[in-house]
Amino acid sequence: MPAPTGITRATLLKDLRLEWRSKDAINSMLFFSLLVVVVFSFSFDPNAEESRRIAGGLIWVAFLFAAVVALNQTWAREIRNQVLDAYRVSPAPANSLFLAKAIGNFVFVGVLECLMTPLFVMFYRLRPLGPTWQLLIVAVLGTWALVVNGTFFAAMSLRTRSREIMLPLLLFPISIPAILGMVQATTAILTGEGARVWIALLLSYDLVFTTACLLLFETVLNAE
Amino acid sequence: MTDAHIQSPPVVAVSNLIKQFGRFAALRGVTAEFSGSKLYAILGDNGAGKTTLLRTLAGLNRPTSGQVTILGAQKFHDVCRQVGYMAHPSLLYDEMSGLENLEYFARLYGIIDGSRCAEAIRAVGLDPELTRPVGQYSQGMRQRMSLARALLNDPKILLLDEPFSNVDTHSAADMVRLLAHTRDAGKTIFAVTHQAALLEGAADEFVWMKDGLVIGRTRDLKPPEETN
Repeated sequence: MPAPTGITRATLLKDLRLEWRSKDAINSMLFFSLLVVVVFSFSFDPNAEESRRIAGGLIWVAFLFAAVVALNQTWAREIRNQVLDAYRVSPAPANSLFLAKAIGNFVFVGVLECLMTPLFVMFYRLRPLGPTWQLLIVAVLGTWALVVNGTFFAAMSLRTRSREIMLPLLLFPISIPAILGMVQATTAILTGEGARVWIALLLSYDLVFTTACLLLFETVLNAE
Repeated sequence: MTDAHIQSPPVVAVSNLIKQFGRFAALRGVTAEFSGSKLYAILGDNGAGKTTLLRTLAGLNRPTSGQVTILGAQKFHDVCRQVGYMAHPSLLYDEMSGLENLEYFARLYGIIDGSRCAEAIRAVGLDPELTRPVGQYSQGMRQRMSLARALLNDPKILLLDEPFSNVDTHSAADMVRLLAHTRDAGKTIFAVTHQAALLEGAADEFVWMKDGLVIGRTRDLKPPEETN
C-alpha cells in the first residue's frame, strides 16, 4: 500500500504545478474579489466606526464567492480526460486525494486573502481595535471551513450537469454557521470586543466537518 | 496447450453479470471465464456492452447483480495493483508532460523508481525526454502515452478500451506487437476495439458481444454465426 501522506503530497504538488501553469483558479478569484472591493467601496462611504462593523461581512462574502470559483476548478481538471478514473483504479486511498485537494484549495484561497486583505484595509481605512493576531486565527479556521466543505460538495456535484450552480446551492446553506463565526469573530476583533466564542465555534465546525468529509469522501468518489 | 494450462483456474470470471443504468441494461447476464496469458479482443457494435464490461472489470462500475472474480478476488481493491486500465479518454493531465504524468501516477502505486516511468514511455515508442505537455501531443501519441500509464505498474491483467483509435497504421502495428510481447510475458490482455483486423494473428480469442451479452467466442476473426 503506497503511503497516504506521500500520495497527498504528490497530488498537492501536482495541483500546484497545474495551477501555476494554467492560473485558472487564481486569476478568476483575484478578478472577482477585486471587483467586489471596488464596487463596495464605491457603493458605501463609511466612517471608521461603520467600516469596522461592516468590513467583516464584506470581506468574507467576497472570499466565499471567490472560493467557489477555485472549488469548481479543482475537480474540473480531474474530469477532463476522465483522469479521476485513473485515481479510482489505483490503490491510492480516497482520503489522500481529498486532503490534497482541500489543502490545495486552502493555499489558493490563502494566497487570494494575502493579496486582497491589504486592499480591503486600504479602501475601508481599517484599524483593528482588538488583538490583530487573532485575525490570523480566524482567517486560518474560516478558510479551512470554506474549503473543506467546498472541496467535498464540489466532488459531490461533479457528475451533475449544472455543477457550477449546484455547488453554491449545496455549500452556502451548510456553511452558514461557519460564515456567522467568521464574520462575527472578524467584526469583534475589529471593534475591540472578545472573539473567543466565535473562534471556538469555528474550531468546532472545522473539526466536525473535516471528520465527516473524510469519513464520507470514499463513497462520493466511487459514486456512479 | 498443456494439461496444466487447461486446468489452471481462470484469471477473470464473470457470473451472470448484470449492469443497469436506470432502466437501461448495458449488461444482461454475462457469464464467462478467461484464462491467463492470453490476448482477448472484445468485439461488438456500439452499445453492445463492451466498455461497460471493461469498466466493471476495472471496478469503475458496480455490478447491479452478478459476480466478478479477478485473480481469485471478488473485491477489485484487493487486486487493483495487478490491473492496468486504459480508457478511451487519455486519463492524462493535458498541462503536464508525459514523464510528469507518469511520475505522478507511479506515486499512486508506490513506485518511487523514476526509471520505471522512462522505461514505460520507451516501451510504447515515445521519448521520455519530450518536454511538451500532453495536451500538445497528437491523438496517436496520447493513446500510446495512455498505454504507457496502464503498463506502469507491471500489471498481470491489462484492460484496454479502444487502444488503437486515432492511431496511424504503423503505430498501431507497433502497439499490437507490444501487446503480443506483453501477453507472451504472461500477462492477460482484454482489448475492446472496433479495429479487430489489427489484432488478427495476435489475439488468442475474439469475444463477441451483442445487446449486453457475450454471444460467442472464436479463435479467428469470424463472427459466431459464420463459424456455425
